[in-house]
Amino acid sequence: MDTQSTEKKVHSQYQGKIHQMQKALMARWMAELEQAAENHEPTACLLVAGSNLSMLLRCLGIHQVYPELNALQLAIRKQSLPYIQIAEERGYSTDVCSYVKADVGAFFAGNVSSLGTKLPQPTLVLSCFSGCNVYIKWFEHIAAYTGAPLYVIDVPFIRSGNDPCPEDIDYVVSQLKEVIGICEKMTGRKLDYDELRERLAYAREVERLWLEIKELTKNIPSPYDDYFDCITLMGPMVAFRGTREGVEFFQTAKKEFEERVRLKIGPLPEEKFRIVVESAPPYPYFRTFRDLFSKWGACAVGATYTTPQPPDFLHDPERPLESLAEYPIRIFTNRGLDQRYDLLRRYVTERSADALIIHSVKSCRLFSVGHGDMREYFSKNLGIPTLMLESDLEDPRYFSEAQMKNRVDAFFEVLEHKKYIAGKAQAITEA
Amino acid sequence: MDFDGLVAQCREILEEHPWQEIQRWKEKTGGKAAGYFPVYSPLELIYGNGMLPVGLMGGGNKTEIERADSYFGSFVCSIVKSTTELALRGELQLLDGIFFHSICDAARNLCYVFKRNFSSDRFIEYIHFPQNPSSPSAVDYLISELKRIRHVLEEANGRRMSEESFKQSIHAYNENRALIQRLYKIKAESPHLLSTAEAYQLIRVGSALPPEEHSSMLRTALEEIPKRRVRPRDKIRVILEGSFCEQPPVELLEALDEAGCYIIDDDLLLGRRWFEREVPLDGDPIRALAESYIDRSRYSSVSHDWRRPRSERLVERARQAQATAVVFCIAKFCEPALLDYPLFKDALEREGIPHVMLEFEEKMWTFDKLRTEIETFAESILFD
Repeated sequence: MDTQSTEKKVHSQYQGKIHQMQKALMARWMAELEQAAENHEPTACLLVAGSNLSMLLRCLGIHQVYPELNALQLAIRKQSLPYIQIAEERGYSTDVCSYVKADVGAFFAGNVSSLGTKLPQPTLVLSCFSGCNVYIKWFEHIAAYTGAPLYVIDVPFIRSGNDPCPEDIDYVVSQLKEVIGICEKMTGRKLDYDELRERLAYAREVERLWLEIKELTKNIPSPYDDYFDCITLMGPMVAFRGTREGVEFFQTAKKEFEERVRLKIGPLPEEKFRIVVESAPPYPYFRTFRDLFSKWGACAVGATYTTPQPPDFLHDPERPLESLAEYPIRIFTNRGLDQRYDLLRRYVTERSADALIIHSVKSCRLFSVGHGDMREYFSKNLGIPTLMLESDLEDPRYFSEAQMKNRVDAFFEVLEHKKYIAGKAQAITEA
Repeated sequence: MDFDGLVAQCREILEEHPWQEIQRWKEKTGGKAAGYFPVYSPLELIYGNGMLPVGLMGGGNKTEIERADSYFGSFVCSIVKSTTELALRGELQLLDGIFFHSICDAARNLCYVFKRNFSSDRFIEYIHFPQNPSSPSAVDYLISELKRIRHVLEEANGRRMSEESFKQSIHAYNENRALIQRLYKIKAESPHLLSTAEAYQLIRVGSALPPEEHSSMLRTALEEIPKRRVRPRDKIRVILEGSFCEQPPVELLEALDEAGCYIIDDDLLLGRRWFEREVPLDGDPIRALAESYIDRSRYSSVSHDWRRPRSERLVERARQAQATAVVFCIAKFCEPALLDYPLFKDALEREGIPHVMLEFEEKMWTFDKLRTEIETFAESILFD
């Protein structure tokens, strides 16, 4: 009983100014969408991987809805299961992505958000899938159910090396021009390239700040948790990338985190372990999952999931369409596992992490197929302690709390012992 | 050789010694062999470069998965695991290269697992096929991708491919597809003369043979089929949908037949009859191949063409085949097929076409339950 109550107390209590700003920004965004629904204003469905296109759409007066974010919100508010079941009744297999199922279910239940607000019906379904083949199908289904026109921007995968071929960029630019044509026809507005350049300049600033904020996790203790806290930062990154508000938000965030670095404050009472996390979290049990790590004083200092900004890329107002095309090609989901291994390895070494946690989610094969190989590479080839856990990002039926807790506890017990032995050995050497 | 002897020979090659055929070809020609994962791969380019294309169609129901499980999660389809198992056992040693394609997330990641583990003495290459064929720029993109693949093959071979050799290869595959199409015509017109299990084995053996040799076998089969003495039976005409990548066990196809279905059309080994028409031989062959892919491909759950939705094409295919029903035969955990199912189902229900859904795995070995299910389905239609 005592142990349990102690366990409950040890978790992050950090709530800074940016959390209030983030809530206000996202609430404003939801309100705008509700109004768009009421007034039947032009709205496009968009994916997070292609969220940089929001800048293009804003210039043309088109709102953006993100089915992914809605699915995520439904899960985090523990509302996803009934919607998943509605989709399964319509023929969706238990074995397919539950993001898709929650979204389809919510659509047939009246197209409402997790807050109960009405979401606008899309007038354009714009899929920019960046490596996730399921997204192609998902948006095809949305178009079939809503009757809205569908445009799929084909994003060539980076087949080898770090950079896309010039032909890949040309191909995406050509498609963007087609999209601009469709949007101009839909709204009767011409794309103002000066406005687009201005938005790209804001985006560049947001992205520069974002990358600087991420570098702060190299500090000991890390000023924030790069997995659990950073997910909070991703909302404004997706929805407000090309805006002045976005720049202000990330300026404030950077200041706040730098102050915490100066004061040596982390999100936990004591940072005992530094971890890097691979893949999406179990949103239906987000808090529970976080607490499993907080209890051990484990703070994330790097994560693939919270890498929406390719570290080697910034939007460029001087190359508006080319840089809009390059973003969805360069994002990590559009690169091979070899590059994901490399990204994780750099996070572990550059940010002095003690371990890698792989959360293998059933829904997302983009992330999870090959996780066994990843574990082997990190633990055997690189000698980095690696823990693999399995559940789901949206479907609460795949989360087994007791089993998860056992595995996490056993892993950190061993890690703690290793640290203790290593500390002793060092003390002896120094003596 | 009579027809039954020919089918028995195919079955023996497939089950007992597919690699012997490849070994024999390599020794005879001194050429290299390149494996390809489903669904479509540019065989025309591989063979045009003097390499033998070898279809990697999974491990079948006789491959025990011992080590590959640890590389993947529990929710991954059989073919991804069995292909890895074959590589771990050294059974892919004869391959000097392997191609994977943009068909799904699992196959794509498999390519990179192969790159890390099995690329020391071969090339492993990923091909991105366009997913937006309605864009006028898709052909040019695909041309650039096919040129890149041509370069990979030429590097591996140490010599340039001549245009003549490329065109000869396109011609050989045009001919091969036309012969396969004749088998399907027999299935549609006189399904009692050629069962799907038989046709499947005749076609699948081509995964390990050069196209000319395979075509010669098919010609023999086509000569022998009309001589068969088989009586038509009272069965329902169905089309099979969903088996374009991982292949169901032959016993499953036989069980469907025994349960009262004539399978008039299917999407088994779809890559071997990917183009609806011949790839033109006049003009630039790379462009001809790219345009054929963009404008004259069969529909599939792994390629997306917004100009003609797949559910419309399924209905059209069922109507053309004069099929009474559609049997979905989908590999467990196959996301492209499972995600297409709800829209397919809605379209068939709008058109009043009955359908039934089966899930299979490579390792399946009992078919009684499935046979009963299909028997009930077929009877409900026959006696309606």
